Amino acid sequence: MRGISISDVPVIRLVDVRKVYKLKAGDVTALQGISFDIHKGEFVAIMGPSGSGKSTLLNLIGCLDVPTSGDLILAGRNVKDMSDDELTFLRRDEIGFIFQKFNLISLLTAYENAEYPIILKQGHMDEEGKTAQMMKMVGLGDDLMTHKPNELSGGQQQRVAIARALVNDPALLLCDEPTGNLDSVTGTQIMDILTGLNEQGRTIVMVTHDPNIARSAHRIINIIDGRVAA
Amino acid sequence: MKRRKNVFFQLASRNVRLNFSRSLLAALGIIIGVVAITAMGILGANIQLAVSSNLSSSANSIIITPDTGSRGGFGPPSGGTTSLLISDNQVREIEQAAGHNVVVPIHSGSDLIQVGTKDKKRVTIYGLDPEKVSNFVEIAEGSSLRGASSGVLIGSTLAKDQNINVGTRIKVGDESTGTNEVVRVVGILEPKGFGIDLMPDNAIIAPDHWYTSVYGNQGEYQQVDILVPSIKDIPPIKEAIDKKMNKNVKVVSITDSGALLVTINSTIGQISTFILLLGGISLLVASVSIFNVMMMSVKDRINEIGVLRSIGTTKAEIRKMFIYESFIIGSIGAVIGGLISFIGGYLLVRLIGTTNYFFTPASLLYVPYGMAIGIGVCLLSGLYPAAKAANLNPIEALRHD
Ligand SMILES: Nc1ncnc2c1ncn2[C@@H]1O[C@H](COP(=O)(O)OP(=O)(O)OP(=O)(O)O)[C@@H](O)[C@H]1O
Ligand SMILES: [Mg+2]
Repeated sequence: MRGISISDVPVIRLVDVRKVYKLKAGDVTALQGISFDIHKGEFVAIMGPSGSGKSTLLNLIGCLDVPTSGDLILAGRNVKDMSDDELTFLRRDEIGFIFQKFNLISLLTAYENAEYPIILKQGHMDEEGKTAQMMKMVGLGDDLMTHKPNELSGGQQQRVAIARALVNDPALLLCDEPTGNLDSVTGTQIMDILTGLNEQGRTIVMVTHDPNIARSAHRIINIIDGRVAA
Repeated sequence: MKRRKNVFFQLASRNVRLNFSRSLLAALGIIIGVVAITAMGILGANIQLAVSSNLSSSANSIIITPDTGSRGGFGPPSGGTTSLLISDNQVREIEQAAGHNVVVPIHSGSDLIQVGTKDKKRVTIYGLDPEKVSNFVEIAEGSSLRGASSGVLIGSTLAKDQNINVGTRIKVGDESTGTNEVVRVVGILEPKGFGIDLMPDNAIIAPDHWYTSVYGNQGEYQQVDILVPSIKDIPPIKEAIDKKMNKNVKVVSITDSGALLVTINSTIGQISTFILLLGGISLLVASVSIFNVMMMSVKDRINEIGVLRSIGTTKAEIRKMFIYESFIIGSIGAVIGGLISFIGGYLLVRLIGTTNYFFTPASLLYVPYGMAIGIGVCLLSGLYPAAKAANLNPIEALRHD
């Protein structure tokens, strides 16, 4: 591989990816043939109207689901050839998710939420202080560690979610409307964190409605009706 | 890889702790089931142990009594051989059939007795060959019957009730019964409990010569016992007697305590089976409630399961977590249930009878047995909810509120 710049090798490659949800009422085609590449270290925003298939696309890239047809290649491997466990381990070790509605576990404290992926990966509690380090990095004080999610503001919850996404040091961050539930000031703070993470070399794919938010990205992919807009 | 195998157990116990009230609800069902199965099992085992040990003292005997079924106006001509009593001749026939085993002809009847100025009381009086008394009973105090004297033995319950000691004189009979005798107590018997040969606890055992001199019936007996060393000897002797004496007409009926033991044991067995069945039903109900609670728990945590899947929890790990949860709930229920049944079983057994047999393996085995069943039921009813949780589609789970 020497001689080829690392950014020439796409970490994410989609070739004619289709996704059809099979429902009782009939099939819903959410994606109808999507192809693009995302390279290492890129910050890509995915935009498009509601229902156009942005979340579906992000979930496929995040291995939460598999394409109905077409090829999705992550770090050189086609997800078609991977087992459910292999996809799960990929999520655990290489991918960090950040959702619009934070998706923290309500019974666990902020610290326990952020620590969870470490427990999954290492098979024991965090003994290296990685959780505390990440929480500090996203701007959460020590005093908030023992708070339950419902005792935190939206911005604080999203910071916990980012810390959780980061503790296993993933190469790829996937964000679905990360500022969608936040006011603009807090949203900007969260975007600053993401921009910083991208500058450290992490690849980021972010779904957003908001053109102001999308400005942080290097590149914008527009999706309309399950297709990439020209 | 250190401590890897424990982490999902830890996570599961954290879940149990965090969902404490729900877990307790599920455990309650198991507690009730385990208590039902264990306490009842203990009770059944104790009754069985107590009864069989009471019976075993008379386990190896054959009892021959006149057949009452063939008496009455419509019976076939009996030529005078059929009567209420067994004659000396018949005793000899029995002796022939019994071979070298001890044959004891027994007189028995009842009469009023009076100790000092106490109230008169009707009791059973046995008349036995003094030489053979030791085959039936053990002396707790005093001595056994002696050849020619008219001393008597007193059953343990009777002695206690009437405050009778060795040396006490007892008046037997009054105007209404036509007897009027005084006997001296030479010995008090050990308690014997229930038996079908003799029931001496509330009776008087007198020498046969005294009995016949007071009540007549010389050479005629209410019952004849054959004492055999082993239960195996019973069937051939029974058959021989039956052949000899009940040739055309049923003259005597033949019972053996071994058969009685078998009947009683099987009755108790049926009772315990029934009780265990009740316990089983309550466990079934418990399992339904645990199934429900686990399904509720899965349903309540669909979003959490989606989150766990999205951050890299495998299906197997989700399944494990839920199975551990039902295991923990089951174990808590089983331990509490086991403790309650241990204490409750002891109190119940004490209330009903003796606790002599409580601390025996046959009785206490029901504690681990009930607990294991409780945990097993919990695990079983947790399987489906756990599989359901593991197989949730992560995206749909994440979209769920
Ligand atoms: N799990 C699902 N089952 C069935 N249909 C689905 C599912 N997820 C999405 N869809 C359908 O697929 C299409 C694309 O949905 P998707 O959520 O990807 O849109 P989106 O671009 O993220 O919209 P929004 O901006 O509102 O979040 C929609 O028509 C939606 O109804
Ligand atoms: Mg969406």
